[in-house]
Amino acid sequence: MTKKRKKKKENKNIPTQKTKKDINLDAPFHVTGRTKYIDDIPEMEGTCFAKSYYSRCAHGSITKINIKKAEQIPGVVRILSHKDVPGENQIGGIVRDEPLLADGEVHFYGQPILLVIAETEDIALEALDAIEIEYKEKEIIVDPKEAYKKGQVLSASRTFKLGNPNASFKKCKYFFEGEAFSGGQEHLYLETQGAYAIPRDQGGLLIHSSTQGPTAVQKVTAKVLGLNQSQVEINVNRIGGGFGGKEDQASHWAALAGFAAHVTNRPVKLILSRHEDLQMTGKRHPYNSDYKIGLDENLKIVAYEATFYQNGGAAADLSPAVLERTLFHATNSYYVPNVKVTAHPCKTNIPPNTAFRGFGGPQGKYVMEVAIHHAARELGTTAHKIQKKNLFKNGDEFSYGQIVENCEASKCWNETIRRYGFTKMIKDVETFNKENKYLKKGLALQPICFGISFTNTPMNNARALVHVYGDGSVGVSTGAVEMGQGVNTKMVQVAAQAFGLELSDIRLEDTNTTRVANTSPSAASATADLNGRALQDACDQIKERIIPLACELLKEKNPKNISFENGTVKAKRKSMSWVELVQTALLRRINMSAKGHYSTPRIHFDKKKEKGHPFAYHVYGTAIFEVTLDCIRGTYQFDAVKLVHDFGSSMNKAVDLGQIEGGLIQGMGWMTLEDVVYDKKGLLKSNTLATYKIPDVYFVPKTLNIHFLNTKHDNLAILKSKAVGEPPLMYGLGAYFSIANAILAYNPSANITYDAPMTTEKILMALYSKK
Amino acid sequence: MIEFILNDQTVQVTPQQSAVAFLDFLRKDKKLKGLKLVCKEGECGACTVLVGELKEGKLIYQSMTSCIMPLANAHRKHIVTIEGISLEGLNKIQQEMVDNNGTQCGFCTPGFVVSMAGALLNGERINQKNMIKCIDGNICRCTGYKSIERACENVVEDVGGAAKSINTLIKRGYLPEYFKTIKKRLETLNDAKDKSGILKRKNGIKLGGGTDLYVQKPRSMYKDEPDHMYDKSQLNDIKIVGKEIRFGASVSMGDLYRSDVFNNAIPGQEEFFKLLSSTQIRNMATIGGNLVNASPIGDFTIFLLGMNSKIILANGAKKRTLFLKDFYLDYKKMDLKDGEYLKEIRFDIPDTKNTFFNFEKVSQRKYLDIAGVNSAFQLILDDDKNIKEAHLSAGGVGPIPWYLKKTRKFLVGKKWSKDVIEKALVVMGNEIAPISDARGSAEYKRLLLRQLFLAHCLKFDENIIDVTSFIPA
Repeated sequence: MTKKRKKKKENKNIPTQKTKKDINLDAPFHVTGRTKYIDDIPEMEGTCFAKSYYSRCAHGSITKINIKKAEQIPGVVRILSHKDVPGENQIGGIVRDEPLLADGEVHFYGQPILLVIAETEDIALEALDAIEIEYKEKEIIVDPKEAYKKGQVLSASRTFKLGNPNASFKKCKYFFEGEAFSGGQEHLYLETQGAYAIPRDQGGLLIHSSTQGPTAVQKVTAKVLGLNQSQVEINVNRIGGGFGGKEDQASHWAALAGFAAHVTNRPVKLILSRHEDLQMTGKRHPYNSDYKIGLDENLKIVAYEATFYQNGGAAADLSPAVLERTLFHATNSYYVPNVKVTAHPCKTNIPPNTAFRGFGGPQGKYVMEVAIHHAARELGTTAHKIQKKNLFKNGDEFSYGQIVENCEASKCWNETIRRYGFTKMIKDVETFNKENKYLKKGLALQPICFGISFTNTPMNNARALVHVYGDGSVGVSTGAVEMGQGVNTKMVQVAAQAFGLELSDIRLEDTNTTRVANTSPSAASATADLNGRALQDACDQIKERIIPLACELLKEKNPKNISFENGTVKAKRKSMSWVELVQTALLRRINMSAKGHYSTPRIHFDKKKEKGHPFAYHVYGTAIFEVTLDCIRGTYQFDAVKLVHDFGSSMNKAVDLGQIEGGLIQGMGWMTLEDVVYDKKGLLKSNTLATYKIPDVYFVPKTLNIHFLNTKHDNLAILKSKAVGEPPLMYGLGAYFSIANAILAYNPSANITYDAPMTTEKILMALYSKK
Repeated sequence: MIEFILNDQTVQVTPQQSAVAFLDFLRKDKKLKGLKLVCKEGECGACTVLVGELKEGKLIYQSMTSCIMPLANAHRKHIVTIEGISLEGLNKIQQEMVDNNGTQCGFCTPGFVVSMAGALLNGERINQKNMIKCIDGNICRCTGYKSIERACENVVEDVGGAAKSINTLIKRGYLPEYFKTIKKRLETLNDAKDKSGILKRKNGIKLGGGTDLYVQKPRSMYKDEPDHMYDKSQLNDIKIVGKEIRFGASVSMGDLYRSDVFNNAIPGQEEFFKLLSSTQIRNMATIGGNLVNASPIGDFTIFLLGMNSKIILANGAKKRTLFLKDFYLDYKKMDLKDGEYLKEIRFDIPDTKNTFFNFEKVSQRKYLDIAGVNSAFQLILDDDKNIKEAHLSAGGVGPIPWYLKKTRKFLVGKKWSKDVIEKALVVMGNEIAPISDARGSAEYKRLLLRQLFLAHCLKFDENIIDVTSFIPA
């Protein structure tokens, strides 16, 4: 690059930025505390602070609202209710069943009823204390099976079917059935939900939102305020963690902040406190499930049937979509010729549950793994023998009709067994368990298979905007939201590779609805694929426009001989600098900006038949878990997790490794520590960080080995680097079964209840139980 | 005025602001927004600051969670934020975090970096174990910690070994230059007469480290002018008098943990302390606060009950002494009269030859979590293996931190044997009254206390009883 830019890099106010490939470009700013999140944006003069008054009743009608005392507090600007909503009092995305502010009825403890706007946050909190609301309580349901029985559902039930399960169950040599439960999970993004709304000219609004889905926020805000979408600009610099919790649920808070700004014509900041966030927002769906599994004498799974009762909470939110993914992944990595899986989205009186890394997939896989563990125990064998026998192969059919291609299931499995010496691990554990009376080790193998694409086909598209400036630097906007997953870095890599530039030559802009519109949320692990492809398209357009010019200037006849490398444009014989070419192009009045577009080819799904080809590709992997259980105290330490993961050809190993490690630990937390507890009245008991525990530094396995399985199939991943966001979470299932196996090593007749998470309470109770 | 050094600036704040949470002061008044507000419970470490003070002429830094730290507790100290350890480029800790990809969404990261810097400035040996200990109060939701562990390893590789001087750390690229001036400036600050008046307050709620009060009632604290106990020098002593160890009510867990006096008196206490909260909270939480919070599950309270500790309650010049086990009357009710405050804690130093002492705790997460049940046990046998003394305490099994009087009465005088242990379990089961709550069902807590008592017994005498015999046949 030019000398001028090099000088800029030495500016001491900017932390040193390495430009080598495997780093996260945001990191130097994170580690110095310079990165700005919503609450770090300097407040404009006249900024007000908004707080939502939420329901203290999980189901009932509001009989009295008294805001007189609150209104009289000096500094209270306005207190708004549903009556003040200028547009439609409705925020439901898939189903129109969720009011912005409660209208006469409340459906969960934590539901927003009023919006207080005040000069300071403290005054707003004081006003909340002075508000009096009375309720007439109605029947409160927190159990999804009970809700289903009473006809309380959020949308239609769905069933996926393959083969003839009824007939095959009759022919099976072995048959087992049972119940399984998996609990909720709090996202615990470290940055709570929040937004900062600023009124703009012509009645418009700019909202800085901590969201994974800027377009969703834009739509909801426009709807509740009766504005055109074009009048609502959503800007996302980045977010302090999302994990699905800000895919749909950020909209509520941004719309409330926008509502307050619109009504007062003042900038309004609304940031949830941690306690409010825990209390008011939805989490991973708990599932109650029934299963049946049939096997033949060779341990081949012949038939599988499961019914999932999804605890959706008080409104649909994303539950219908989450439900669908449960069915897509109900057999995990295993081919089962006869399948019938049904899921019911049940309406209960807890906050609407929502997307969470894995999006219903983990819940479906858990039940399959329970069924296998159950069968193995009854048959006196180990689960991994059944698992191995049934792994997907090319040509097998998923229950939804897609045919398995480029399957890496066995390759990952076999490589895991070989690389980490699983056979020896089994022997060592047996020896350890013989030699130790009160310490027992447990092993588990956990294969995963996860489909990449939004299961709602129309969402699989993206756009990107690229400007090449006169000095050769490049500005990139996409619909991708950076939330820690490293998508900023990946986008910069894509543009840098396309133009043959340094990473530092590319500037990634905030995600903003005026630059890139009608976006899908950053979700479904597909963000880098979709936005990266759109970005490639934009870069290619610009290249196509300047390649003829390059041919002319470099006296090259064949455009195919033009390449872009290291800031240079090369032809067969001659070359020139990128900057020179750009400057000449601008003088020749060539458009050096482009808008790229991408929509995933090939995918389709027919929801009537429940068949199709919904996924661009699948991601595979296998993990070994080893845990040591203290059978006196019921406590444990994970000794090791060793895995082989199918990365495709990773474009950034540092970022991808971080996704595997982080996803794995989050999944292990879900299966062990993280216990979302609602009481019978719908009140969240785990409503502080003192009562809701996520993994800490001592929880993580002492040894964590991750092997990159490089696969080079021509799949639809960006630069053949496979999606990596959600799949690793599902390795976490192995945490549950390794502990279960350690319990059984101590007490072979222990009653394992298949009731996740495996808390220290459940462990100890099981250690001293009898089936 | 309350006066302290914030990074490289000397700062004055009115005494009326003494109870403002330090993080609010940083972010709202000082517009230093590098450290983040996440939980306001001291549970996540995203707001970690380093607090430097002169101790016996040495400048020692401790990490604290500023979200629940009263502003008054910064008085005459050096407070370091993420802004205060950043160099013009990156310091070496930051560089290692970048190189090892120890940050993803970035929200927890500044707190981690400050905590890691704390490991270089707390006067302890710099090794991986201590580095990890220093981030035991920092929660990250993105990385799964392994990359942060690797960053720590690289720091240790570079600068590990004995504690390093400030000058060395500056030279090696860990600290900015201004750290050189801090010791001198703190000396000057502390030599001057204290005009803040905050340590002379008599009325108002008694406030120590803030780790319980700011969690329970964060907003009302702001409006109060509390009686700040944390830095009252007369409450900060740790000493040995005869057979007794005595310490003031404002001694923090961290002070005690680092005290040679305490370490010599209770060998192996490090393992117990690791189970108590996190580094940041141990640095803030006072022993007195732990006791008067009267939580039925307070870890250190249970520890002290197992030591059969005495407490000194003072009211002006009047003092009275009572056994800690007699202090708790009912849920959150104590034998504490109007105007009285907890001044000192004392217990007999266990004679390592004849006395067995053990502390057990099981919680959902092993570290930085509130116990389901915790228990301490002190056992003294005579030469014939008869039980001379048996102090047993347990938390989470009743409305108060429980001293098991009936179980003790049953045990004392009996022969140390399997039979006696089995019978003691029955007495113990009848003595306790756990309830079902967020920490577990009553049934579980009963089972857990049985197991912890058996754990005590096995630690003392590993073959005295076969625990597998409790597995239902």
